[in-house]
Amino acid sequence: MSSVSNYFRNIGKGFWTVLIGMKITMRHLFTPAVTIQYPDARMGIPERGRNRLYVNMDDCIGCDQCEMACPVNCITIETAKSLPTEDLGLTSTGQKKRLWVTKFDIDFGKCCYCGLCVPPCPTECIYMTSVYEFSAYDRSELVYNFTTLTPEESAAKVKQAQEAEREAAAKKAAAAAAAAAQKAAQAAAAQAAPASPAAPAQTAQPPAQQPPPADKPADQNENKS
Amino acid sequence: MHNFIIQYFGTNVWTALVSSVIPLIWILTYALVAIWLELKISAHMQDRLGPMRTGKWHGWAQPLADVTKLLQKEDIIPAAADKALYLLAPFLVFVGGYAAYAAIPFSPAYIGADINVGIFYIIAVSAIVVLGILMAGWSSNNKWSLLGAMRTAAQLVSYEIPSSLAVLAVIMVAGSLSLNEICEAQSGWFWNWFVFGKFPFLFITFVIYFIASLAETNRAPFDIPEAESELVAGYHTEYSGMRFAIFYVAEYANMFTVAAIASILFFGGWSSPFGTFMSGPVWGAFWLISKGMVMIFIQMWLRWTLPRFRVDQLMYLSWKVLTPFALVNIFAVGLWIVLKG
Repeated sequence: MSSVSNYFRNIGKGFWTVLIGMKITMRHLFTPAVTIQYPDARMGIPERGRNRLYVNMDDCIGCDQCEMACPVNCITIETAKSLPTEDLGLTSTGQKKRLWVTKFDIDFGKCCYCGLCVPPCPTECIYMTSVYEFSAYDRSELVYNFTTLTPEESAAKVKQAQEAEREAAAKKAAAAAAAAAQKAAQAAAAQAAPASPAAPAQTAQPPAQQPPPADKPADQNENKS
Repeated sequence: MHNFIIQYFGTNVWTALVSSVIPLIWILTYALVAIWLELKISAHMQDRLGPMRTGKWHGWAQPLADVTKLLQKEDIIPAAADKALYLLAPFLVFVGGYAAYAAIPFSPAYIGADINVGIFYIIAVSAIVVLGILMAGWSSNNKWSLLGAMRTAAQLVSYEIPSSLAVLAVIMVAGSLSLNEICEAQSGWFWNWFVFGKFPFLFITFVIYFIASLAETNRAPFDIPEAESELVAGYHTEYSGMRFAIFYVAEYANMFTVAAIASILFFGGWSSPFGTFMSGPVWGAFWLISKGMVMIFIQMWLRWTLPRFRVDQLMYLSWKVLTPFALVNIFAVGLWIVLKG
Protein backbone atom coordinates (compact mmCIF):
# COMPACT_ATOMS: atom_id res chain seq x y z
CA MET A 1 0.00 0.00 0.00
CA SER A 2 2.64 2.47 1.04
CA SER A 3 4.75 1.66 -2.01
CA VAL A 4 1.81 2.41 -4.28
CA SER A 5 1.06 5.70 -2.56
CA ASN A 6 4.78 6.45 -2.64
CA TYR A 7 4.76 5.87 -6.38
CA PHE A 8 1.98 8.38 -6.95
CA ARG A 9 3.38 10.84 -4.45
CA ASN A 10 6.72 10.62 -6.23
CA ILE A 11 5.13 11.38 -9.57
CA GLY A 12 3.13 14.26 -8.15
CA LYS A 13 6.19 15.66 -6.42
CA GLY A 14 8.29 15.30 -9.55
CA PHE A 15 5.70 17.13 -11.60
CA TRP A 16 5.33 19.87 -9.01
CA THR A 17 9.05 20.45 -8.62
CA VAL A 18 9.43 20.69 -12.38
CA LEU A 19 6.81 23.43 -12.35
CA ILE A 20 8.64 25.23 -9.52
CA GLY A 21 11.88 25.00 -11.48
CA MET A 22 10.20 26.35 -14.59
CA LYS A 23 8.83 29.24 -12.58
CA ILE A 24 12.33 30.10 -11.38
CA THR A 25 13.85 29.99 -14.86
CA MET A 26 10.97 32.05 -16.25
CA ARG A 27 11.59 34.67 -13.59
CA HIS A 28 15.27 34.76 -14.48
CA LEU A 29 14.43 35.10 -18.17
CA PHE A 30 13.13 38.57 -17.37
CA THR A 31 15.75 39.46 -14.78
CA PRO A 32 18.20 42.02 -16.18
CA ALA A 33 21.46 40.35 -17.08
CA VAL A 34 24.45 40.94 -14.84
CA THR A 35 26.84 40.93 -17.79
CA ILE A 36 28.83 44.08 -18.47
CA GLN A 37 29.63 44.52 -22.15
CA TYR A 38 33.28 45.03 -21.35
CA PRO A 39 34.95 47.08 -24.07
CA ASP A 40 31.78 49.14 -24.53
CA ALA A 41 30.94 49.48 -20.85
CA ARG A 42 33.22 49.19 -17.87
CA MET A 43 32.80 48.44 -14.23
CA GLY A 44 33.69 51.37 -12.04
CA ILE A 45 37.01 50.93 -10.23
CA PRO A 46 37.39 51.78 -6.54
CA GLU A 47 38.13 55.40 -5.76
CA ARG A 48 41.51 54.58 -4.21
CA GLY A 49 42.24 51.68 -6.54
CA ARG A 50 45.88 51.22 -7.43
CA ASN A 51 46.45 51.04 -11.15
CA ARG A 52 49.02 52.54 -13.51
CA LEU A 53 51.38 55.15 -12.08
CA TYR A 54 51.72 58.54 -13.60
CA VAL A 55 54.46 61.09 -12.98
CA ASN A 56 53.78 64.76 -13.47
CA MET A 57 57.24 65.85 -14.56
CA ASP A 58 56.41 69.53 -14.14
CA ASP A 59 56.51 68.98 -10.39
CA CYS A 60 59.28 66.40 -10.15
CA ILE A 61 62.36 67.66 -8.37
CA GLY A 62 64.35 64.47 -8.93
CA CYS A 63 64.69 63.71 -5.23
CA ASP A 64 64.82 59.93 -5.79
CA GLN A 65 62.54 59.15 -2.84
CA CYS A 66 60.10 57.11 -4.91
CA GLU A 67 62.94 55.06 -6.35
CA MET A 68 64.18 54.32 -2.86
CA ALA A 69 60.72 53.40 -1.63
CA CYS A 70 60.08 50.97 -4.50
CA PRO A 71 60.33 47.37 -3.22
CA VAL A 72 60.86 45.87 -6.68
CA ASN A 73 63.15 48.52 -8.14
CA CYS A 74 60.93 49.29 -11.08
CA ILE A 75 61.65 53.03 -10.98
CA THR A 76 64.92 54.31 -12.44
CA ILE A 77 65.81 57.99 -11.97
CA GLU A 78 68.91 59.77 -13.19
CA THR A 79 69.50 63.44 -12.55
CA ALA A 80 71.97 66.11 -13.55
CA LYS A 81 72.70 69.27 -11.63
CA SER A 82 71.57 72.45 -13.27
CA LEU A 83 73.92 75.34 -13.79
CA PRO A 84 73.49 78.34 -11.48
CA THR A 85 72.58 80.36 -14.57
CA GLU A 86 69.72 78.03 -15.51
CA ASP A 87 66.28 78.61 -14.09
CA LEU A 88 64.21 75.42 -13.98
CA GLY A 89 61.19 77.15 -12.54
CA LEU A 90 59.06 76.29 -9.56
CA THR A 91 56.84 73.32 -8.82
CA SER A 92 53.14 73.85 -8.35
CA THR A 93 53.89 73.78 -4.62
CA GLY A 94 56.26 76.70 -4.98
CA GLN A 95 59.46 74.77 -4.65
CA LYS A 96 62.56 75.55 -6.68
CA LYS A 97 63.72 72.81 -9.04
CA ARG A 98 67.47 72.33 -8.98
CA LEU A 99 68.01 69.14 -10.95
CA TRP A 100 67.47 68.12 -14.54
CA VAL A 101 65.68 64.76 -14.45
CA THR A 102 67.44 63.15 -17.37
CA LYS A 103 65.79 59.77 -16.90
CA PHE A 104 62.58 58.72 -15.18
CA ASP A 105 61.59 55.20 -16.26
CA ILE A 106 58.96 53.03 -14.66
CA ASP A 107 58.89 49.39 -15.75
CA PHE A 108 55.26 48.31 -15.40
CA GLY A 109 56.34 44.77 -16.11
CA LYS A 110 57.99 44.85 -12.70
CA CYS A 111 55.64 47.18 -10.86
CA CYS A 112 53.63 45.42 -8.18
CA TYR A 113 51.14 48.26 -7.74
CA CYS A 114 51.84 48.49 -4.01
CA GLY A 115 51.63 52.28 -4.05
CA LEU A 116 54.59 52.70 -1.69
CA CYS A 117 56.19 55.26 -4.01
CA VAL A 118 53.26 57.64 -3.70
CA PRO A 119 53.45 58.84 -0.04
CA PRO A 120 57.18 59.75 0.06
CA CYS A 121 56.95 62.15 -2.88
CA PRO A 122 57.45 65.65 -1.46
CA THR A 123 55.57 67.31 -4.33
CA GLU A 124 52.94 64.58 -4.86
CA CYS A 125 53.89 64.34 -8.50
CA ILE A 126 53.83 60.51 -8.67
CA TYR A 127 50.40 59.01 -8.21
CA MET A 128 48.13 56.14 -9.21
CA THR A 129 45.70 56.75 -12.06
CA SER A 130 42.59 54.78 -13.01
CA VAL A 131 44.16 53.34 -16.18
CA TYR A 132 44.36 49.58 -15.96
CA GLU A 133 44.47 48.48 -19.60
CA PHE A 134 47.98 48.69 -21.01
CA SER A 135 48.87 45.38 -22.55
CA ALA A 136 51.85 45.36 -24.89
CA TYR A 137 53.26 43.07 -27.52
CA ASP A 138 56.76 43.30 -26.10
CA ARG A 139 57.96 43.52 -22.54
CA SER A 140 60.14 46.52 -23.40
CA GLU A 141 56.97 48.43 -24.32
CA LEU A 142 55.97 48.29 -20.67
CA VAL A 143 58.86 50.56 -19.70
CA TYR A 144 57.34 54.01 -19.65
CA ASN A 145 59.63 57.04 -20.03
CA PHE A 146 58.32 60.00 -18.13
CA THR A 147 61.12 62.47 -18.60
CA THR A 148 60.27 65.50 -20.68
CA LEU A 149 63.79 65.75 -22.08
CA THR A 150 64.75 64.05 -25.30
CA PRO A 151 67.71 61.64 -25.09
CA GLU A 152 69.92 64.22 -26.81
CA GLU A 153 68.90 66.92 -24.36
CA SER A 154 69.50 64.56 -21.47
CA ALA A 155 72.96 63.71 -22.76
CA ALA A 156 73.70 67.41 -23.18
CA LYS A 157 72.52 68.14 -19.64
CA VAL A 158 74.67 65.35 -18.20
CA LYS A 159 77.68 66.56 -20.16
CA GLN A 160 77.07 70.14 -19.06
CA ALA A 161 76.77 69.09 -15.43
CA GLN A 162 79.95 67.05 -15.66
CA GLU A 163 81.82 69.98 -17.22
CA ALA A 164 80.50 72.30 -14.55
CA GLU A 165 81.66 69.85 -11.94
CA ARG A 166 85.05 69.52 -13.54
CA GLU A 167 85.36 73.27 -13.70
CA ALA A 168 84.31 73.57 -10.10
CA ALA A 169 86.81 70.90 -9.15
CA ALA A 170 89.53 72.66 -11.13
CA LYS A 171 88.58 75.92 -9.49
CA LYS A 172 88.62 74.27 -6.12
CA ALA A 173 91.99 72.71 -6.85
CA ALA A 174 93.28 76.06 -7.98
CA ALA A 175 91.84 77.67 -4.86
CA ALA A 176 93.36 74.94 -2.74
CA ALA A 177 96.68 75.42 -4.46
CA ALA A 178 96.40 79.16 -3.93
CA ALA A 179 95.45 78.57 -0.32
CA ALA A 180 98.36 76.22 0.10
CA ALA A 181 100.67 78.76 -1.47
CA GLN A 182 99.22 81.43 0.79
CA LYS A 183 99.59 79.09 3.76
CA ALA A 184 103.16 78.44 2.84
CA ALA A 185 103.74 82.14 2.54
CA GLN A 186 101.98 82.67 5.85
CA ALA A 187 104.05 79.91 7.40
CA ALA A 188 107.12 81.57 6.10
CA ALA A 189 105.88 84.86 7.53
CA ALA A 190 104.95 83.13 10.81
CA GLN A 191 108.40 81.88 11.13
CA ALA A 192 109.33 85.51 11.11
CA ALA A 193 106.40 86.64 13.21
CA PRO A 194 103.98 84.68 15.44
CA ALA A 195 101.11 83.19 13.47
CA SER A 196 97.66 84.63 13.59
CA PRO A 197 94.86 82.07 13.05
CA ALA A 198 92.81 83.00 10.03
CA ALA A 199 90.28 80.31 9.28
CA PRO A 200 88.03 81.05 6.32
CA ALA A 201 84.35 80.50 7.13
CA GLN A 202 83.10 77.44 5.35
CA THR A 203 79.57 77.95 4.00
CA ALA A 204 77.83 74.70 4.65
CA GLN A 205 74.68 74.34 2.62
CA PRO A 206 72.00 72.52 4.54
CA PRO A 207 69.94 70.02 2.44
CA ALA A 208 66.83 71.67 1.11
CA GLN A 209 63.87 70.66 3.19
CA GLN A 210 60.86 70.68 0.95
CA PRO A 211 57.56 71.53 2.58
CA PRO A 212 54.61 69.29 1.58
CA PRO A 213 52.60 70.74 -1.28
CA ALA A 214 49.33 72.44 -0.54
CA ASP A 215 47.16 70.95 -3.26
CA LYS A 216 47.39 67.71 -5.17
CA PRO A 217 47.70 68.07 -8.95
CA ALA A 218 44.69 66.89 -10.98
CA ASP A 219 44.72 63.32 -12.31
CA GLN A 220 46.23 63.01 -15.69
CA ASN A 221 45.70 59.85 -17.68
CA GLU A 222 48.28 60.52 -20.30
CA ASN A 223 50.33 57.84 -21.92
CA LYS A 224 54.06 57.90 -22.10
CA SER A 225 55.26 61.40 -21.82
CA MET B 1 0.03 25.30 -52.64
CA HIS B 2 0.94 21.74 -53.43
CA ASN B 3 -1.98 21.64 -55.84
CA PHE B 4 -0.77 24.90 -57.30
CA ILE B 5 2.66 23.43 -57.88
CA ILE B 6 1.10 20.41 -59.52
CA GLN B 7 -1.00 22.64 -61.76
CA TYR B 8 2.00 24.74 -62.72
CA PHE B 9 4.59 22.07 -63.32
CA GLY B 10 2.40 19.07 -64.00
CA THR B 11 3.07 15.75 -62.30
CA ASN B 12 6.69 15.21 -63.09
CA VAL B 13 10.11 15.28 -61.49
CA TRP B 14 10.09 19.08 -61.16
CA THR B 15 6.95 19.01 -59.06
CA ALA B 16 8.54 16.51 -56.74
CA LEU B 17 11.71 18.58 -56.55
CA VAL B 18 9.99 21.89 -55.82
CA SER B 19 7.62 20.51 -53.21
CA SER B 20 10.44 18.65 -51.50
CA VAL B 21 12.76 21.65 -51.42
CA ILE B 22 10.24 23.93 -49.68
CA PRO B 23 10.47 22.16 -46.30
CA LEU B 24 14.26 22.14 -46.65
CA ILE B 25 14.29 25.91 -47.02
CA TRP B 26 12.00 26.14 -44.02
CA ILE B 27 14.21 23.85 -41.91
CA LEU B 28 17.36 25.80 -42.70
CA THR B 29 15.86 29.21 -41.94
CA TYR B 30 14.06 27.90 -38.88
CA ALA B 31 17.24 26.21 -37.62
CA LEU B 32 19.14 29.50 -37.80
CA VAL B 33 16.40 31.30 -35.87
CA ALA B 34 16.07 28.48 -33.35
CA ILE B 35 19.82 28.33 -32.71
CA TRP B 36 19.84 32.06 -32.07
CA LEU B 37 16.78 31.76 -29.80
CA GLU B 38 18.39 28.92 -27.91
CA LEU B 39 21.54 30.98 -27.37
CA LYS B 40 19.61 34.00 -26.18
CA ILE B 41 17.04 32.15 -24.06
CA SER B 42 19.67 30.04 -22.36
CA ALA B 43 21.74 33.15 -21.69
CA HIS B 44 18.89 35.19 -20.25
CA MET B 45 17.67 32.31 -18.11
CA GLN B 46 21.11 32.36 -16.54
CA ASP B 47 21.13 36.16 -16.22
CA ARG B 48 23.64 36.50 -19.03
CA LEU B 49 23.33 38.35 -22.32
CA GLY B 50 24.48 35.73 -24.79
CA PRO B 51 25.93 36.76 -28.15
CA MET B 52 25.77 40.54 -28.49
CA ARG B 53 28.38 41.46 -31.09
CA THR B 54 27.90 39.46 -34.28
CA GLY B 55 25.65 41.48 -36.56
CA LYS B 56 25.35 44.41 -34.13
CA TRP B 57 21.75 43.85 -32.95
CA HIS B 58 21.80 41.28 -30.11
CA GLY B 59 24.12 39.03 -32.07
CA TRP B 60 21.49 38.05 -34.60
CA ALA B 61 24.15 36.89 -37.08
CA GLN B 62 25.76 34.45 -34.65
CA PRO B 63 24.18 31.33 -36.27
CA LEU B 64 25.28 32.56 -39.69
CA ALA B 65 28.82 32.94 -38.41
CA ASP B 66 28.66 29.46 -36.86
CA VAL B 67 27.47 27.92 -40.11
CA THR B 68 30.19 29.73 -42.06
CA LYS B 69 32.76 28.42 -39.63
CA LEU B 70 31.46 24.85 -39.90
CA LEU B 71 31.49 25.05 -43.70
CA GLN B 72 35.15 26.02 -43.70
CA LYS B 73 36.22 23.26 -41.34
CA GLU B 74 38.06 20.17 -42.39
CA ASP B 75 35.96 17.03 -42.78
CA ILE B 76 37.96 14.70 -40.57
CA ILE B 77 37.55 10.95 -40.96
CA PRO B 78 39.26 8.95 -38.21
CA ALA B 79 41.77 6.41 -39.51
CA ALA B 80 40.10 3.56 -37.65
CA ALA B 81 36.57 4.49 -38.69
CA ASP B 82 34.39 2.39 -40.91
CA LYS B 83 34.52 4.85 -43.74
CA ALA B 84 31.37 4.03 -45.69
CA LEU B 85 29.10 3.93 -42.65
CA TYR B 86 30.82 6.95 -41.15
CA LEU B 87 30.18 9.08 -44.21
CA LEU B 88 26.61 7.89 -44.66
CA ALA B 89 25.39 8.21 -41.05
CA PRO B 90 24.71 11.98 -40.82
CA PHE B 91 22.68 11.89 -44.01
CA LEU B 92 20.61 8.98 -42.78
CA VAL B 93 19.89 10.88 -39.56
CA PHE B 94 18.87 13.94 -41.52
CA VAL B 95 16.74 11.91 -43.94
CA GLY B 96 14.88 10.41 -40.99
CA GLY B 97 14.06 13.83 -39.65
CA TYR B 98 13.41 15.38 -43.04
CA ALA B 99 11.14 12.62 -44.35
CA ALA B 100 8.69 13.40 -41.54
CA TYR B 101 8.10 16.82 -43.09
CA ALA B 102 6.41 15.17 -46.06
CA ALA B 103 3.31 14.50 -43.98
CA ILE B 104 3.20 17.63 -41.81
CA PRO B 105 0.31 19.87 -42.88
CA PHE B 106 1.79 23.37 -42.72
CA SER B 107 -1.54 24.81 -43.80
CA PRO B 108 -4.78 23.40 -45.23
CA ALA B 109 -3.30 24.12 -48.67
CA TYR B 110 0.23 22.88 -48.21
CA ILE B 111 1.06 19.35 -47.22
CA GLY B 112 3.77 17.37 -48.96
CA ALA B 113 1.74 14.17 -49.07
CA ASP B 114 -1.79 14.15 -47.67
CA ILE B 115 -1.70 10.47 -46.89
CA ASN B 116 -4.42 8.94 -44.74
CA VAL B 117 -1.88 7.37 -42.36
CA GLY B 118 0.09 10.58 -41.88
CA ILE B 119 0.87 10.28 -38.17
CA PHE B 120 1.69 6.60 -38.53
CA TYR B 121 4.07 7.42 -41.37
CA ILE B 122 5.81 10.07 -39.29
CA ILE B 123 6.28 7.75 -36.31
CA ALA B 124 7.59 5.03 -38.61
CA VAL B 125 9.96 7.18 -40.59
CA SER B 126 11.35 8.90 -37.49
CA ALA B 127 12.65 5.52 -36.38
CA ILE B 128 15.24 5.68 -39.18
CA VAL B 129 17.03 8.27 -37.05
CA VAL B 130 17.98 5.52 -34.58
CA LEU B 131 19.64 3.60 -37.38
CA GLY B 132 21.66 6.62 -38.43
CA ILE B 133 22.76 7.33 -34.88
CA LEU B 134 23.78 3.70 -34.31
CA MET B 135 25.73 3.80 -37.59
CA ALA B 136 27.49 6.98 -36.52
CA GLY B 137 28.36 5.58 -33.11
CA TRP B 138 29.53 2.23 -34.37
CA SER B 139 31.52 3.46 -37.36
CA SER B 140 33.37 6.10 -35.35
CA ASN B 141 35.19 3.23 -33.62
CA ASN B 142 35.26 5.17 -30.40
CA LYS B 143 33.99 4.23 -26.97
CA TRP B 144 32.19 7.50 -26.35
CA SER B 145 30.45 7.41 -29.68
CA LEU B 146 29.41 3.80 -29.24
CA LEU B 147 28.12 4.36 -25.71
CA GLY B 148 26.23 7.42 -26.85
CA ALA B 149 24.72 5.53 -29.75
CA MET B 150 23.69 2.61 -27.53
CA ARG B 151 22.08 4.96 -25.07
CA THR B 152 20.26 6.72 -27.89
CA ALA B 153 18.96 3.46 -29.26
CA ALA B 154 17.76 2.35 -25.82
CA GLN B 155 16.17 5.72 -25.16
CA LEU B 156 14.43 6.10 -28.50
CA VAL B 157 13.06 2.58 -28.50
CA SER B 158 11.77 3.02 -24.94
CA TYR B 159 10.14 6.37 -25.52
CA GLU B 160 8.50 5.44 -28.79
CA ILE B 161 6.08 3.31 -26.79
CA PRO B 162 4.56 6.02 -24.54
CA SER B 163 4.60 8.54 -27.37
CA SER B 164 2.83 6.14 -29.73
CA LEU B 165 0.31 5.25 -27.03
CA ALA B 166 -0.30 8.96 -26.42
CA VAL B 167 -0.82 9.53 -30.13
CA LEU B 168 -3.20 6.59 -30.18
CA ALA B 169 -5.50 8.25 -27.68
CA VAL B 170 -5.82 11.28 -29.94
CA ILE B 171 -6.40 9.08 -32.97
CA MET B 172 -9.25 7.36 -31.13
CA VAL B 173 -10.90 10.72 -30.49
CA ALA B 174 -10.31 12.07 -33.99
CA GLY B 175 -11.09 8.80 -35.70
CA SER B 176 -8.41 9.36 -38.30
CA LEU B 177 -4.70 8.94 -38.86
CA SER B 178 -4.58 11.78 -41.36
CA LEU B 179 -3.05 14.90 -39.84
CA ASN B 180 -5.21 17.18 -41.97
CA GLU B 181 -8.36 15.54 -40.67
CA ILE B 182 -7.10 15.72 -37.10
CA CYS B 183 -6.63 19.48 -37.61
CA GLU B 184 -10.08 19.84 -39.10
CA ALA B 185 -11.61 17.98 -36.16
CA GLN B 186 -10.30 20.75 -33.89
CA SER B 187 -11.31 23.73 -36.04
CA GLY B 188 -13.43 26.48 -34.56
CA TRP B 189 -12.58 28.09 -31.27
CA PHE B 190 -9.67 27.03 -29.11
CA TRP B 191 -11.86 25.11 -26.68
CA ASN B 192 -12.28 22.59 -29.47
CA TRP B 193 -8.62 21.74 -29.17
CA PHE B 194 -7.96 18.18 -28.13
CA VAL B 195 -5.81 19.29 -25.20
CA PHE B 196 -9.05 20.40 -23.50
CA GLY B 197 -11.07 17.46 -24.80
CA LYS B 198 -12.22 14.55 -22.61
CA PHE B 199 -10.82 16.53 -19.70
CA PRO B 200 -8.39 15.73 -18.14
CA PHE B 201 -7.44 12.62 -20.08
CA LEU B 202 -6.25 14.26 -23.26
CA PHE B 203 -4.32 16.83 -21.26
CA ILE B 204 -2.47 13.99 -19.52
CA THR B 205 -1.94 12.49 -22.98
CA PHE B 206 -0.40 15.75 -24.11
CA VAL B 207 1.98 15.80 -21.13
CA ILE B 208 2.99 12.20 -21.80
CA TYR B 209 3.53 12.94 -25.49
CA PHE B 210 5.52 16.06 -24.74
CA ILE B 211 7.85 14.31 -22.28
CA ALA B 212 8.33 11.40 -24.66
CA SER B 213 8.99 13.75 -27.57
CA LEU B 214 11.70 15.49 -25.57
CA ALA B 215 13.36 12.12 -25.13
CA GLU B 216 12.97 11.31 -28.82
CA THR B 217 14.76 14.49 -29.83
CA ASN B 218 17.60 13.76 -27.38
CA ARG B 219 17.17 17.08 -25.66
CA ALA B 220 17.73 17.92 -22.04
CA PRO B 221 16.79 16.57 -19.56
CA PHE B 222 16.95 13.47 -21.74
CA ASP B 223 20.26 14.28 -23.42
CA ILE B 224 22.22 11.37 -21.99
CA PRO B 225 23.19 10.19 -25.50
CA GLU B 226 25.31 13.30 -25.85
CA ALA B 227 25.96 14.04 -22.20
CA GLU B 228 28.96 16.34 -22.40
CA SER B 229 30.31 15.56 -18.98
CA GLU B 230 30.31 11.80 -19.53
CA LEU B 231 30.51 11.16 -23.26
CA VAL B 232 32.14 14.29 -24.75
CA ALA B 233 29.49 14.62 -27.47
CA GLY B 234 28.07 11.10 -27.71
CA TYR B 235 27.55 9.63 -31.15
CA HIS B 236 28.89 12.65 -33.03
CA THR B 237 32.12 13.00 -31.05
CA GLU B 238 34.28 12.26 -34.09
CA TYR B 239 32.36 14.33 -36.58
CA SER B 240 33.54 17.73 -37.70
CA GLY B 241 32.64 20.45 -40.14
CA MET B 242 29.62 19.97 -42.36
CA ARG B 243 28.82 16.47 -41.20
CA PHE B 244 28.54 17.73 -37.63
CA ALA B 245 26.37 20.57 -38.90
CA ILE B 246 24.06 18.04 -40.54
CA PHE B 247 23.64 16.26 -37.20
CA TYR B 248 22.86 19.59 -35.63
CA VAL B 249 20.32 20.56 -38.27
CA ALA B 250 18.76 17.12 -37.96
CA GLU B 251 18.33 17.66 -34.22
CA TYR B 252 16.62 20.98 -34.82
CA ALA B 253 14.51 19.50 -37.63
CA ASN B 254 13.39 16.78 -35.22
CA MET B 255 12.61 19.39 -32.58
CA PHE B 256 10.26 21.13 -34.96
CA THR B 257 8.74 17.84 -36.11
CA VAL B 258 7.72 16.84 -32.60
CA ALA B 259 6.63 20.39 -31.82
CA ALA B 260 4.49 20.49 -34.96
CA ILE B 261 2.98 17.09 -34.18
CA ALA B 262 2.21 18.17 -30.63
CA SER B 263 0.51 21.31 -31.89
CA ILE B 264 -1.38 19.38 -34.58
CA LEU B 265 -2.57 16.64 -32.26
CA PHE B 266 -3.44 18.78 -29.25
CA PHE B 267 -3.59 22.45 -30.25
CA GLY B 268 -5.48 22.44 -33.52
CA GLY B 269 -2.52 22.58 -35.90
CA TRP B 270 -3.21 25.09 -38.64
CA SER B 271 -6.69 25.96 -37.42
CA SER B 272 -7.11 29.40 -35.93
CA PRO B 273 -7.86 29.59 -32.19
CA PHE B 274 -10.55 32.22 -32.90
CA GLY B 275 -13.00 30.44 -35.15
CA THR B 276 -12.94 31.80 -38.68
CA PHE B 277 -10.98 34.88 -37.60
CA MET B 278 -7.51 34.89 -39.16
CA SER B 279 -8.00 31.51 -40.75
CA GLY B 280 -7.03 30.55 -44.26
CA PRO B 281 -4.19 28.87 -46.12
CA VAL B 282 -1.54 31.48 -45.25
CA TRP B 283 -2.84 32.07 -41.73
CA GLY B 284 -2.83 28.30 -41.34
CA ALA B 285 0.94 28.22 -41.88
CA PHE B 286 1.25 31.15 -39.47
CA TRP B 287 -0.72 29.37 -36.75
CA LEU B 288 1.07 26.06 -37.13
CA ILE B 289 4.48 27.69 -37.06
CA SER B 290 3.56 29.92 -34.09
CA LYS B 291 2.22 26.99 -32.12
CA GLY B 292 5.27 24.96 -33.04
CA MET B 293 7.59 27.75 -31.93
CA VAL B 294 5.77 28.00 -28.60
CA MET B 295 6.36 24.27 -28.14
CA ILE B 296 10.02 24.75 -29.04
CA PHE B 297 10.24 27.54 -26.50
CA ILE B 298 8.88 25.17 -23.85
CA GLN B 299 11.46 22.59 -24.91
CA MET B 300 14.24 25.13 -24.44
CA TRP B 301 12.69 26.34 -21.20
CA LEU B 302 12.77 22.79 -19.81
CA ARG B 303 16.29 22.28 -21.11
CA TRP B 304 17.61 25.17 -19.06
CA THR B 305 15.53 24.25 -16.02
CA LEU B 306 16.17 20.58 -15.42
CA PRO B 307 19.35 18.64 -14.79
CA ARG B 308 20.12 15.56 -16.86
CA PHE B 309 18.53 12.21 -15.99
CA ARG B 310 20.57 9.21 -15.05
CA VAL B 311 20.16 6.24 -17.43
CA ASP B 312 18.18 4.20 -14.89
CA GLN B 313 15.97 7.18 -14.05
CA LEU B 314 15.32 7.62 -17.75
CA MET B 315 14.24 4.00 -18.09
CA TYR B 316 12.18 4.22 -14.91
CA LEU B 317 10.32 7.25 -16.24
CA SER B 318 9.56 5.58 -19.54
CA TRP B 319 8.61 2.06 -18.46
CA LYS B 320 7.21 2.57 -15.00
CA VAL B 321 5.52 5.97 -15.25
CA LEU B 322 4.74 7.09 -18.78
CA THR B 323 3.81 3.72 -20.29
CA PRO B 324 1.33 2.65 -17.55
CA PHE B 325 -0.17 6.13 -17.48
CA ALA B 326 -0.55 6.12 -21.26
CA LEU B 327 -2.22 2.71 -21.15
CA VAL B 328 -4.67 3.72 -18.42
CA ASN B 329 -5.28 6.92 -20.36
CA ILE B 330 -6.16 5.04 -23.54
CA PHE B 331 -8.53 2.88 -21.54
CA ALA B 332 -10.20 5.93 -19.97
CA VAL B 333 -10.51 7.74 -23.30
CA GLY B 334 -11.89 4.62 -24.94
CA LEU B 335 -14.42 4.16 -22.15
CA TRP B 336 -15.46 7.81 -22.50
CA ILE B 337 -15.96 7.39 -26.26
CA VAL B 338 -17.97 4.20 -25.79
CA LEU B 339 -20.16 5.63 -23.03
CA LYS B 340 -20.63 9.24 -24.16
CA GLY B 341 -19.50 9.24 -27.75
